[in-house]
Amino acid sequence: MAKIISKINVRSPEFIENAAHMQVQVDDLKIKLEQIKLGGGERSRERHLSRGKLLPRDRVNALLDAGSPFLELSQLAAHEVYDANIPAAGIITGIGRVGGQECIIVANDATVKGGTYFPLTVKKHLRAQAIAQENNLPCIYLVDSGGANLPNQDEVFPDKEHFGRIFFNQANMSAQAIPQIAVVMGSCTAGGAYVPAMSDESIIVKEQGTIFLAGPPLVKAATGEVVTAEDLGGADVHCRTSGVADHYAQNDHHALEIARNIVGNLNRVKPVTMNIQPIVEPAYDTQEIYGVIPKDARQPFDIREIIARVVDGSNFDEFKALYGTTLVCGFARIFGYPVGIVANNGILFGESAQKGAHFIELCAQRKIPLVFLQNITGFMVGQQYEAGGIAKHGAKMVTAVATAQVPKFTMLIGGSFGAGNYGMCGRAYDPRFLFMWPNARISVMGGEQAAGVLAQVKRDQKDKLGETWSEQEENDFKQPIIDSYEHQGHPYYASARLWDDGIIDPADTRQVLGLAISASLNKPIEDTKFGIFRM
Amino acid sequence: MTQLTNKTAKMFTKILIANRGEIACRVIKTARKMGILTVAVYSDADADSLHVNMADEAIYLGPSPSRESYLLSEKVIAAAKRTGAQAIHPGYGFLSENADFCRMCTDENITFIGPPVAAIEAMGSKSAAKNIMEKANVPLVPGYHGDDQSEAIIKQAADDMGYPVLLKATAGGGGKGMRQVWSESEFSEGFYSAKREAMSSFGDDRMLVEKYLTQPRHVEIQVFCDNHGHAVYLFERDCSVQRRHQKVIEEAPAFGMSEDLRKAMGETAIKSAQAIGYQGAGTVEFLLDVDGSFYFMEMNTRLQVEHPVTEMISGQDLVEWQLRVAAGEVLPKTQEQLVINGHAFEARIYAEDPNNDFLPATGTLDFLQPPVESEHVRVDTGVRQGDEVSVFYDPMIAKLIVWDESREKALQRLTKALSEYRINGVTTNIDFLYNVATSKPFINEEIDTSFIEKYDSEIFHDDQQTLADELPMAALYLVLALADNAKQKAATTTDPYSPWNNTNAWRSNEAHIHQLVLAHNDVEYPVTVEQKRQSNKSYYLISVGERTVDCQGRIDGDTLHVSIDGYRSQATIAHNISNSGDQISLYRQNGVFNFIHIKPDCGDSDDNENHGGLIAPMNGTMVSVLVKAGDVVTKGQSLMIMEAMKMEHTIKAPENGTIDTLFYTEGEMVDGGSELLAFTAEES
Repeated sequence: MAKIISKINVRSPEFIENAAHMQVQVDDLKIKLEQIKLGGGERSRERHLSRGKLLPRDRVNALLDAGSPFLELSQLAAHEVYDANIPAAGIITGIGRVGGQECIIVANDATVKGGTYFPLTVKKHLRAQAIAQENNLPCIYLVDSGGANLPNQDEVFPDKEHFGRIFFNQANMSAQAIPQIAVVMGSCTAGGAYVPAMSDESIIVKEQGTIFLAGPPLVKAATGEVVTAEDLGGADVHCRTSGVADHYAQNDHHALEIARNIVGNLNRVKPVTMNIQPIVEPAYDTQEIYGVIPKDARQPFDIREIIARVVDGSNFDEFKALYGTTLVCGFARIFGYPVGIVANNGILFGESAQKGAHFIELCAQRKIPLVFLQNITGFMVGQQYEAGGIAKHGAKMVTAVATAQVPKFTMLIGGSFGAGNYGMCGRAYDPRFLFMWPNARISVMGGEQAAGVLAQVKRDQKDKLGETWSEQEENDFKQPIIDSYEHQGHPYYASARLWDDGIIDPADTRQVLGLAISASLNKPIEDTKFGIFRM
Repeated sequence: MTQLTNKTAKMFTKILIANRGEIACRVIKTARKMGILTVAVYSDADADSLHVNMADEAIYLGPSPSRESYLLSEKVIAAAKRTGAQAIHPGYGFLSENADFCRMCTDENITFIGPPVAAIEAMGSKSAAKNIMEKANVPLVPGYHGDDQSEAIIKQAADDMGYPVLLKATAGGGGKGMRQVWSESEFSEGFYSAKREAMSSFGDDRMLVEKYLTQPRHVEIQVFCDNHGHAVYLFERDCSVQRRHQKVIEEAPAFGMSEDLRKAMGETAIKSAQAIGYQGAGTVEFLLDVDGSFYFMEMNTRLQVEHPVTEMISGQDLVEWQLRVAAGEVLPKTQEQLVINGHAFEARIYAEDPNNDFLPATGTLDFLQPPVESEHVRVDTGVRQGDEVSVFYDPMIAKLIVWDESREKALQRLTKALSEYRINGVTTNIDFLYNVATSKPFINEEIDTSFIEKYDSEIFHDDQQTLADELPMAALYLVLALADNAKQKAATTTDPYSPWNNTNAWRSNEAHIHQLVLAHNDVEYPVTVEQKRQSNKSYYLISVGERTVDCQGRIDGDTLHVSIDGYRSQATIAHNISNSGDQISLYRQNGVFNFIHIKPDCGDSDDNENHGGLIAPMNGTMVSVLVKAGDVVTKGQSLMIMEAMKMEHTIKAPENGTIDTLFYTEGEMVDGGSELLAFTAEES
């Protein structure tokens, strides 16, 4: 394979300045997450611990194989979305190894509003289930939740993608032989009772876990019956009498040990049928990505410098290197897995889009996973290009991306604007995973452009009415728009709303892609049937 | 002359070994080398043991207890007659110093490979032996044992032998009525206070006085005599390192011996042997004082356990010598032909628990991997992997013998070999031996018979240790071993290069941390290992309490190579995997450090709850039952006494309660783990 020779000078002032700029953004992210990872307030954490329960992140750590990586999803979910602070949307989701098997883990954080489901909690839970379903990963639910957050019931309960969908997914995944395992480590009330009830196997911790459709207060109100939570739906009731739970655990650690045993008995073999090779570390330090990305987002850079710091041995066999050069396509390996890389290196032209469509066809036919490195301001505009059929060329690429059945992985490493987002496998195109870098921006178009368009429309109206509009007035009109786009296009805003699966440290790109690709291979790659390509 | 005599001697063609375990195997090895057929004897417990398999023939003696098998003289003699063995090698222990057995052999015209009956009898009684030696002018510890109890007479005796002296109650024991007197002026006071104490303790205030040796060493001389009047000594062995009169590590030659002293002791030993008309291999034990005076203690009329150290430095096969002498040949070498070459140590590997008062341990040797044998390392053993260390016999697993040119080099061989000795399934004293061998006083030859008591805290590492390097090393080992195991396991899967196979505790946007809890001497230490990576190289920040060190390392076989804050070193690691928590042993230059990797508490399962019964801690015999059914007992009260390997173990009430049922009576054999009695705790 051809090795990328870096042209970056890591001692240049630009490189050092760029690296420092990225470091600030990464540090800001990590400081925010440090707080988020604590979960609820100190008091509620103390109360949780005083009951002999483990904190949710410690539960996840204890569940995982010793030393297993944990690919946590959407750490910033619900960040600055609600009036109340709901760290990580009160639920921890991610992929980790249990008994040598990659599993989706969904853990309620009872220290955050009692683990109740806010709208984004539901969205995050459903996203984890979708990942499980798309990648054929067993699900382990560490349940400790009061159920739907009642004040927000209108955005949690009734709609298709609301609370009920959790159980719909459980039933359908179970039907697809995707194991559903519930560990009841706290409350499991009302709708929540269906998590263990709908699971293939369930565990309940004595004197901690409770499962009931209606808790003691509701029972008393409804029938006048007075009963304790333990007598109503504790471990003894459900393991000895009702049969709602299958395994009786002495404490959290015991419950997680049982869960590990259950996974150990699943009898699953990962169907990896591709040509894999031993891992070769990149020839260049992944940390150097910091200095490659220009401080000024408008400055271009060679995407190959990023590829060289992500793929095995920095080896990259480029496809159509001389044609449609603003889109770089080629074959490489990540952790020994073959991948096809589609990466922006400028604005998309008709040629680049056609090249991209062609390359995606190659990968789909060869069953090679696709990695999109997205940094795109959009397709080229203008009379010449419209006449050249840029819309139909773009459509070809979008068709190819939409219908390719190979696992797709998208990294938003810079701008993600307009139709470029579609062609480069944005969220709507069902990449198996989509992650952002802290410097990335996502919106229908750039803030400047949007403000410019809106200002132009306004000026046309003013002109029609014969009114004048000073430059100052125009700037005053544009600035709030620019500000709003900057705010809403920021990764924190995007990640808080689950437009992605999380913001990652650019230096972790290779690691995250490796984990994601490997997890996706739990599902055999299907044949692709493309739609009609407009010629 | 030698050749003439040997012409008349006729070597045996078949011998019987009236013993078991390592010594039986040891004798068989030499016999086989000499072309002599061997007959083993065995009990039920030894039906499939190594010595039986090694021998050409074997005869069953009886049930496992030695008094019903190996100690039955008639059965052993019958076995020899049945198999046509011309001689019996008794080994050590069992019948080896039994004059009656020796006489029976002679009567049955079977050669007893050992001394004549008279010599055994002469040395059988310690006081009689001392009288013989006194007459032969062999020095004894000076003392006065006379009937005249006047202060003047006893003081005169003390003055004559020189201070310090030890006053002892004639009726004494347990240190009562005993006084050290360091000078003439203190005599009177010590004498009367000892008498008072003796009177109140024993109702008898008679005193004896002996010279008090402040730092005596146990130095013994190997002697050999043939039937033709020749006698040689094969130098000395220092066996001062003892615990409860059991030798722990022996060495030859003794350190600090001048040629004159060696010659004096050797010749005295020969004189002792000749005083009783000795033949064959014998050992004369002396107490050696710091001033070079030595005093006869006793003579062992057999091959000693520790004979290999003599073999290593003399280049002689002592069992071969025994066989030749017993067959009537003259000694293979003259005194002039014998020279000391290098230095040897022997460490006795026992199934016992040094941390629990050396309580004998029993069990199955699930894993047994001795160090590789070479010209420097010798392992004398009678067991194989999978064998049982039973309650019936001495729990010695093996003797580890090392040799090199000097004491220093040999000691290095010893510590290395001990660190490579791997035994799982049975608790052993290997770590204890390692700690003795690596302790400063042992290295510096500051050794006398009180060595173990004196340096107890140093040997057992009781002193508060910082564990500054050892905790990070153990933690690093666990993290590296986890990675190595995962890598091996991954190689067999469909996805061998997956990053999920890594055990790097990778997390997105946060430190990659392994949380471990390691216990050392029952103290738990939380250890945090942060896995870092720079320029594609892994390193680890390991924190214990407030202290963080920067570590790198790798595992090569059972050696951990480690760098801690730039200081590179290594340790041999033994890793015992267990459900209750893996044990990690770190063998370092300054001793062995054991850690338990504490696993999370999964609570007590209802099924395994102790229903109040009491469990036998080991295989053994019920010596005494102190309670009966229905008795109300208080916490800590003694309920039963069990015995194993001549050591008693008392079963005590865990709390106040009532005895429901007793399952054993006095004299019964008890398997370790059996329920001894049913007990109901008092409702609190």
